[in-house]
Amino acid sequence: MQNINKKAPGRRNKVFFNKGRQADNKSLKEAENLLKEYFPLKKDMLIEYLHLFNDKYNALFPKHLRALSELCKLSMSEIYEVASFYAHFHIVNEDTDTVADITIKVCDSITCAMYEAEKIYNNAKLKHKNLRVEKAPCMGRCNYAPIVEVNHNHILNANNDKISEAIADRKFSYKNDSYINYEEYVKSGGYQLFHKINSGEISFDKMIDVFSKAGLRGLGGAGFPAYKKWQFVKSYNAPRLMCINADEGEPGTFKDRYYLNKDPHRFIEGTLVAAKLVEAEKCYIYIRDEYYGLIKLIEKQINILEEKNIFSKGYLEIRRGAGAYICGEESALIESIEGKRGLPRNRPPYVAEVGLFGRPTLVHNVETVYWIREIFDKGGEWFSSCGRNGRKGLRTFSVSGFVKNQGIKLTDAGITVNQLIEEHCGGMLDGHIFKGYLPGGASGGILPESLGDIPLDFDTLQEYDCFIGSAAIVILSDKVDMKNIGLNLMKFFEDESCGQCTPCRNGTSMAVKLMKENIWNVELLTKLSKTMNKASICGLGQAAPNPLQSIIKHFKKDIS
Amino acid sequence: MIKFKLNGKEILANENETIWQAAKRNEVEIPHLCHADEVGYDPDGNCRACVVQIDKERTLAASCIRKPAEGMEVNSIASEVKDTQKMIFELLAADQPCKETHPDPDSKFWNWSEKLAIDEKQFPKNKIIKRDISHPSMHVNLEACINCNLCVRACREVQSNDVIGMAYRGHKTKVVFDFDDEMGSSSCVGCGECVQACPTGALMEKSLLNEKGSREVFPDKTVNSLCPYCGVGCQTKVYVKNNKIVQVDGRDGPANNQKLCVKGRFGFDYIHDKGRLTKPLIRIEGVEKKKIEDYSNLQVKDFFREATWSEVINLSAKKLKNIKDKFGSSAVCGFGSAKGSNEEAYLFQKLIRTAFKTNNVDHCTRLCHASSVAALMECIGSGAVSAPFTAVKDSDCMIVIGARPTTNHPVAATYFKRAAKDGKKLIIMDPRKQDLSRHAYRHLQFKPGKDVALLNSMIYTIIEEKLYDEQYIASMTEGFKALQENIKKFKPEDMEKVCGIKAEDIRDTARVYAKSERSIIFWGMGISQHIHGTDNSRCLITLALITGHIGRPGTGLHPLRGQNNVQGASDAGLIPMVFPDYKSVEDQNIHNNMEAFWQTELDNKKGLTVVEIIDNVCKGKIKGMYVMGENPVMSDPDQNHTIEGMTKLETLVVQDIFMTETAWYADIILPASAHAEKNGTFTNTNRQVQMGRKVIDAPGEAKEDLDIIIDLANALGLNWKYTHASDVFKEMADIMPSLKNITWERIDFEDSVTYPCEDRDKPGSEIVFAQKFPTSSGLGKIVPTNIISPDELPDQEFPFVLTTGRLLEHWHTGAMTRRSVTLDKIEPEAVVSMNSLDMDYLKLQPGKKVKVKTRRGSITLSVRQDREIPKGMIFIPFCFTEAAANKLTNPQLDPYGKIPEFKYCAAKVEMNN
Repeated sequence: MQNINKKAPGRRNKVFFNKGRQADNKSLKEAENLLKEYFPLKKDMLIEYLHLFNDKYNALFPKHLRALSELCKLSMSEIYEVASFYAHFHIVNEDTDTVADITIKVCDSITCAMYEAEKIYNNAKLKHKNLRVEKAPCMGRCNYAPIVEVNHNHILNANNDKISEAIADRKFSYKNDSYINYEEYVKSGGYQLFHKINSGEISFDKMIDVFSKAGLRGLGGAGFPAYKKWQFVKSYNAPRLMCINADEGEPGTFKDRYYLNKDPHRFIEGTLVAAKLVEAEKCYIYIRDEYYGLIKLIEKQINILEEKNIFSKGYLEIRRGAGAYICGEESALIESIEGKRGLPRNRPPYVAEVGLFGRPTLVHNVETVYWIREIFDKGGEWFSSCGRNGRKGLRTFSVSGFVKNQGIKLTDAGITVNQLIEEHCGGMLDGHIFKGYLPGGASGGILPESLGDIPLDFDTLQEYDCFIGSAAIVILSDKVDMKNIGLNLMKFFEDESCGQCTPCRNGTSMAVKLMKENIWNVELLTKLSKTMNKASICGLGQAAPNPLQSIIKHFKKDIS
Repeated sequence: MIKFKLNGKEILANENETIWQAAKRNEVEIPHLCHADEVGYDPDGNCRACVVQIDKERTLAASCIRKPAEGMEVNSIASEVKDTQKMIFELLAADQPCKETHPDPDSKFWNWSEKLAIDEKQFPKNKIIKRDISHPSMHVNLEACINCNLCVRACREVQSNDVIGMAYRGHKTKVVFDFDDEMGSSSCVGCGECVQACPTGALMEKSLLNEKGSREVFPDKTVNSLCPYCGVGCQTKVYVKNNKIVQVDGRDGPANNQKLCVKGRFGFDYIHDKGRLTKPLIRIEGVEKKKIEDYSNLQVKDFFREATWSEVINLSAKKLKNIKDKFGSSAVCGFGSAKGSNEEAYLFQKLIRTAFKTNNVDHCTRLCHASSVAALMECIGSGAVSAPFTAVKDSDCMIVIGARPTTNHPVAATYFKRAAKDGKKLIIMDPRKQDLSRHAYRHLQFKPGKDVALLNSMIYTIIEEKLYDEQYIASMTEGFKALQENIKKFKPEDMEKVCGIKAEDIRDTARVYAKSERSIIFWGMGISQHIHGTDNSRCLITLALITGHIGRPGTGLHPLRGQNNVQGASDAGLIPMVFPDYKSVEDQNIHNNMEAFWQTELDNKKGLTVVEIIDNVCKGKIKGMYVMGENPVMSDPDQNHTIEGMTKLETLVVQDIFMTETAWYADIILPASAHAEKNGTFTNTNRQVQMGRKVIDAPGEAKEDLDIIIDLANALGLNWKYTHASDVFKEMADIMPSLKNITWERIDFEDSVTYPCEDRDKPGSEIVFAQKFPTSSGLGKIVPTNIISPDELPDQEFPFVLTTGRLLEHWHTGAMTRRSVTLDKIEPEAVVSMNSLDMDYLKLQPGKKVKVKTRRGSITLSVRQDREIPKGMIFIPFCFTEAAANKLTNPQLDPYGKIPEFKYCAAKVEMNN
């Protein structure tokens, strides 16, 4: 987190140099070495280059950034604004600064906060004075809250002892769970669909038919029918591109991590099929940096497939996120792949028409493509025949909070939260009484216990000013303070706002300030919410006041 | 046209028009902050002040960026919409400094806030940021910043300086310079485009603020005029308070589209310097003229006495006339100025020619593009550019050779950078790297002085690989055969060693230039200021002629002219060989015509050029000199020699606004007017004749130059009756075909007219030579060239190549800019730029004082470490009187252009003990 009052150092020692910071020969050499394999340098690769420096030197030093700007032919500000946008880049002010090689990140998002992550953070701050100790947003492990990251190592159900142990044992890497490997996947009929589509045996129209019957919708949260996206993207002139959104960052959500780890080839095949359907020239897979081990895992599988000539080298390219929730927004994700800050774009034009590098672009969430093979194999009708309470299809719920069995719950769309708790989660934790729930992560709003019997699906929560989004269900109990819950969520949006538009940039921050007051100015907060909701550029700012409004509406007692 | 409803009323939008634009055309005001509605700024839609309701859409949309669709229903006034707009302002107002102490209570932000009747105290303050006052001319108060991104767009998209960024994120998002450095220590070049764009006053001219950063100065009038500095010819809007200039903005002129550079925007204060000459002066009898070593502490009263205007005019006339009577016409000469107006240049040369019957009249064009003009006249029959620099928008390939536009033509450079960003190939050829290099497809850093080798090997490649335009060569040129023969010596593989560029890179560059659909070449003093300057230009012309890259949009030849009116002054005949419009003084017909036109006898031999005149003064052949607005002591090569001449002159009349180094040697000083103190037309590098308007009155008894020339002429018995600059312009238009269809009134009305111009109501022709060249045969002449070495090569004793030139902040000899407080603060001290390898070898630290010596002199100054300078080369700007580079330079001349070799001589660097 940068200090807003940072003293600008400036490097123009009188007039004995040219204006501004000058590159020095030593840093240029170091930078050239680090970037050796990447020449000729490409501007869209800037974030990848920054990772190289950040990984190697545990921070970004001005001298290296200056050298990078010279080699990349980018101006200093072009580099700096990108580097300073992403939370995982540690910019230091002085070239002479010493930096810790261990970073402890304590998740402070909603579920972890409910599991008292704050205490862990405070203790760690005291205990590890020489290390970098930070708060960080959701790491996609909410069913094991609280979560702490020591370098890349995700410590589950963390406590301060576990942190110390990891440091003592130098356990810094991300551990993947076991997964279905290439051979196993192929044995079960894997990649046949892709080959059939490739060979033309299965037509575009056939796929449209199957998936319109299945009613598969975008599972990143927006719920746009997948087959319609394919039709739209394909209707615009080639060359077209595709992006996979694996920047799962919605607090409470961990399904994409789960699927990527469990069955990576099912994901990859789905990606290839969708790419083929819209005749994408290339597909970028944007994976959040928090899932460092998954990046490596998917990279390995891609290498295997390249060796087996399933597709040509470079057809699938992984891009590593750098710590920015907003990059889960598809146009921000595209900006990030282009090597820029993740600022959502004004629409229209939609990315299906003008997307990555200005081309028509298909953007899919991980889970959406994950379902492609199974739905095709079992038929569109199979998928739509699932569902209950009048809803259709299957839904992967990420359930966390105060229930006995948290975790991934794959079940019928339209299930109610009461059914979910009882049938899938073994009921509430002992000593906790169900009070309410977040139906769609931080942005989906909050519903009270009294609305525990409404079907959970796309389109069913609008009338309650909520939405299901990525189906991240966080169960609240009588032990929570709703004002704290509201403040935690608003702070999350304040931290993660890209800062582009006034209602979101100033609105989230102002809301936090107002929500810190003992007595909330409900009238002003309501007006502010409305402005944020109506006038923000993207979904982040528009949805940021949802939990606040839910609390004002459904939990009046808790705030008076 | 798109039909849609705005607030219930049906309106029509043009294709590509946004809702906001359509609304504006229909006189519906929608608030806006991040949208500039100015040339060069694309809408961004980030501030959300302009949101409107569209149909039944779930959220409001930014009208500045959204385009209407057929049948759309848009509402900008519904209470929900208005409330939202208002709250946007209220959110932004929370963080603002209070209006009373605000940097700009008259800003767009506060004006809109007032219109919307916002409650500025609706929200509590939420942000505190310290002011940044590190820049000499700009004040940064980011508390007033609303993150609208306009400064970023100004810096990136409009100017392409890329210094400002929007860093961090969320509420911490902040405008930064480089790596969040102070503005004054960043790579900021001070163009101030951000200040002009800022809608709140977060970025402000310091000239308008008090110490605390609150606005204090509100101008009482504005005048549309021109920038007084370089040949780009930026149009300005000048703000005046109490007869003082307080602010300058760029206007949407054809050569600048609202942009300005640091000199144009902040360098206006020189005219208010206390050193302005306000009284006519006469040298005190008995005060000897001897060489002055240090000009910094001289007192005018020790050298001169004050006099009346009639005394100085009559005395000047009498003395110069006596010289003519006693020693003949050729003993008198005049140095006019490329800084004056067309009318001043015209009258000055007319005065010298008609009163003294001599063609000894020249100006500093001799020191900049004389060789380029010589080659252009020889090959294509015209010395002006074939296309404006703005033509790059249509180019596919741009070559910039021997020029540093970001330093010397900063606003022209913005077009090159923009074109490069848009994907056009920019090729730089220069021994020194430069700001443009970052944007370049290729920078060929060739050995100094090896231009002909490099360019001929490109020509070789084009011929060998048959990349030339056969049809064009056949129909439009002559001399190709001789070129084919001569070029055989210039195989790139052989020239590699000579010019220091790999053959494959030479070949690639040649291919890119030749194969591009439209290529254009720009050059500067790096080409012209050599003893082989004319050959350098001939090579460039040959490149264009054999590939047919001239005469079409996006193609051409463009020598970037230096001074604001060097084109106009040359056109007006301020040159010893020609009358106005380049008509030879030695052509009998022309001579007769001019004698008839001016109704007097004229000299029929070409006069002497600048450097030749100084030589002749030293030899005692020239005894009287009238200098208007030039400073030969600083600008001419080999200063010791120039000063020797100055001290030998029997009569030196200097007309200027300051005590220039030259003025100290004068007998009579005529206090003149600055650019902003008079009316006149000026012709920029693009052949655009533009109107400079009087903004303020000249101080004290200082007089407008035109009146001084007229008074002197009448004292010399010429009986001139001009009452206004427009009278002079009319006479010029009568004798100069180039000004056909261009009248004073038209320029005054249109602000800018390009010549040649076919009709009174048609714009002028930007691109010329489409059908033929104005040569006697109508064909472009290809002139083969051979390698000539620079006159003085480095050796053991003088191992460095010394090159001279300008700095961004200092204009020419520094007479104006060193008296501008803001500019001199940025570059206050004489420096010699060196590569760090050479510095290491000589054990020099940055800032170390050194002595730079050549065979002609020596100066002491500080070392600047500069990665742009190649090993073995040093660079010294010639603007610093305390370490005058021209004490060192070599006065050897190009045989055709008579231009001295400023860009190359041998030097040594010694530690100063």
